[in-house]
Amino acid sequence: MTAVSTSGPAYPAASSQLRRLALPLPWLATAALPLFLPGYEPLATQILVMIVFALSLDLLVGYAGIVTLGHAGLFGMGAYTAGILSVYGITDPLLTAGCAMLVAAATGLVFGWAMLRTKDLTLLMLTMASAFLLYEIANKATWLTGGEDGLQGVNFSSLFGTFAFDFRGITAFYYSLAVLFVVFLAVRALIASPFGWSLRGIRENSARMAAIGCPILKRRVIVYVISAALAGLAGALQAQATQFVALYSLSFELSGNILIMLILGGSGRLYGAFIGVPAFMFAQDLLAKQDPANWFLGLGIILIVLVMLAPGGILGIAERVMAAIRRRRGAA
Amino acid sequence: METATLETRGLNKSFGSVPVITDVDFVLRPGERRALIGPNGAGKTTFVNLLTGNLRPTSGRVLLDDHDITELDEARRIRQGIGRTFQITSLFPMLTVRENVFLAVSECEGIAGNLFRSALRHRPQIERTDELIRRVGLSDVANTHAQLLPYGRQRLLEIAIALALRPKILLLDEPAAGIPTADSHVVLDILATLPKDIAVLLIDHDMDLVFRFAQQITVMVQGSIFAQGSPREIAADPRVREVYLGDSKHGLAAAS
Ligand SMILES: Nc1ncnc2c1ncn2[C@@H]1O[C@H](COP(=O)(O)OP(=O)(O)O)[C@@H](O)[C@H]1O
Ligand SMILES: [Mg+2]
Repeated sequence: MTAVSTSGPAYPAASSQLRRLALPLPWLATAALPLFLPGYEPLATQILVMIVFALSLDLLVGYAGIVTLGHAGLFGMGAYTAGILSVYGITDPLLTAGCAMLVAAATGLVFGWAMLRTKDLTLLMLTMASAFLLYEIANKATWLTGGEDGLQGVNFSSLFGTFAFDFRGITAFYYSLAVLFVVFLAVRALIASPFGWSLRGIRENSARMAAIGCPILKRRVIVYVISAALAGLAGALQAQATQFVALYSLSFELSGNILIMLILGGSGRLYGAFIGVPAFMFAQDLLAKQDPANWFLGLGIILIVLVMLAPGGILGIAERVMAAIRRRRGAA
Repeated sequence: METATLETRGLNKSFGSVPVITDVDFVLRPGERRALIGPNGAGKTTFVNLLTGNLRPTSGRVLLDDHDITELDEARRIRQGIGRTFQITSLFPMLTVRENVFLAVSECEGIAGNLFRSALRHRPQIERTDELIRRVGLSDVANTHAQLLPYGRQRLLEIAIALALRPKILLLDEPAAGIPTADSHVVLDILATLPKDIAVLLIDHDMDLVFRFAQQITVMVQGSIFAQGSPREIAADPRVREVYLGDSKHGLAAAS
């Protein structure tokens, strides 16, 4: 038997030393970005925020096997919480981000507790409905949210009372990068924990998990709440970086886009979010501007190709190529 | 090691209007090695599902140490020590053998909800996982995905998962089905290493295995207990020969 596992940390590989040394490199390279690509900070920040959001979604879709088309509902709750607080004079970035996480987590608890008894198509429909509900509430409550015009007067004070959110977006960029790094470490630790393993067990065979004594609903609700908190954090970051909150942040379009970004990169793989988000955003930037009508056509084709040929996304393709190379080397 | 007695009184189960289990009174005592045999469709799997809480009876009671557990769900009964394997293999296909077993170990030892420390750093549980894997002879494939194992070895993994839950009572539904006959002794070896005070109920069609393993045999036919006794008594019972065992080519001659 020579089969090797392709997912999940089993015994650490011999090359793990090398990998540990290489880990900080992409982070350092990203941190140096403003030196090489001045003017691109806002786009880069946007990507970082979306990676945080996609990571939160990966916990559900990739690890717990909960496919949702309403994740923007939680992102938007975070964005509006931070934004509205700032309008009413509570402007500290970290404090409002913390509040955003709490509100999103509470929302996740209520919806999760109600929805997660169901599964598959029913669950998918309920996640969609939950986000539509929040969208409509925000749309109608114009006195609070500004409705279709978006939330006016969003204004956050300086980070740590020192770094103002500048016009070029340098502060927002480094702030987002730092948050992403912390979220990445947290998610990585979570999926390596017994709790994280049990999520994959539930994804693989929930009947069997029940038969080994796992409280499935409780586990699923807990991961939903954690994911909601992280999505809310991403929403708060978005509000703070752009000093604006639009209804788009609660929209079905955003729910769909973030799911596509994750699947494009490869779900259940931790790094899928880091690949899929920039790939999607660059493609969108290139194609959607030139030819908005055909962007959706192109998106549709990309999705079909992905689902039919490469269900593991870009990372899945890379894994297969690596495995083939290793096999050839092993044979030679 | 704690022990427990599992008992049913007047147990009935119908699917719609079709009775599948009728009036079964049954006792499994600590340390007992009992086989449950009977033709296909006799209701053996259904009976096991009633014992584990996977199914609810239409009427009658299930008792564990004289406590009524009829209303308890599967998860609670597992915590009280009722373990089982499935006739139809039920594993975590895309997880490794080690992950499969660890999931059961971590649920049993109450660390499965731990969010903060890496699973691999839970030394005692990891060691117990590896010990169980060794016991069923799967150490060489510990890091292989369960779905890549040949069927026979998947059956062994099933047993490791069941043992991980520290059962006081173990219900094995055709554990050797699909294991090549040449290897079915592995199952027997594992059964022989089980702690003496665990009660084991074995369902199997391999008469050689059944007669070597069991101290007591229960024969079920059409949902009722048809005969009960020692292997010698069962083998000598002409009614049993007629309805189930047929002729002596099942290894009955060797046992009697
Ligand atoms: N879920 C079910 N719904 C309807 N009939 C069932 C169900 N499960 C089992 N049966 C029927 O009950 C009878 C006993 O099945 P089973 O317990 O699997 O027998 P055995 O394990 O002894 O082969 C069979 O006739 C089977 O068709
Ligand atoms: Mg059966």
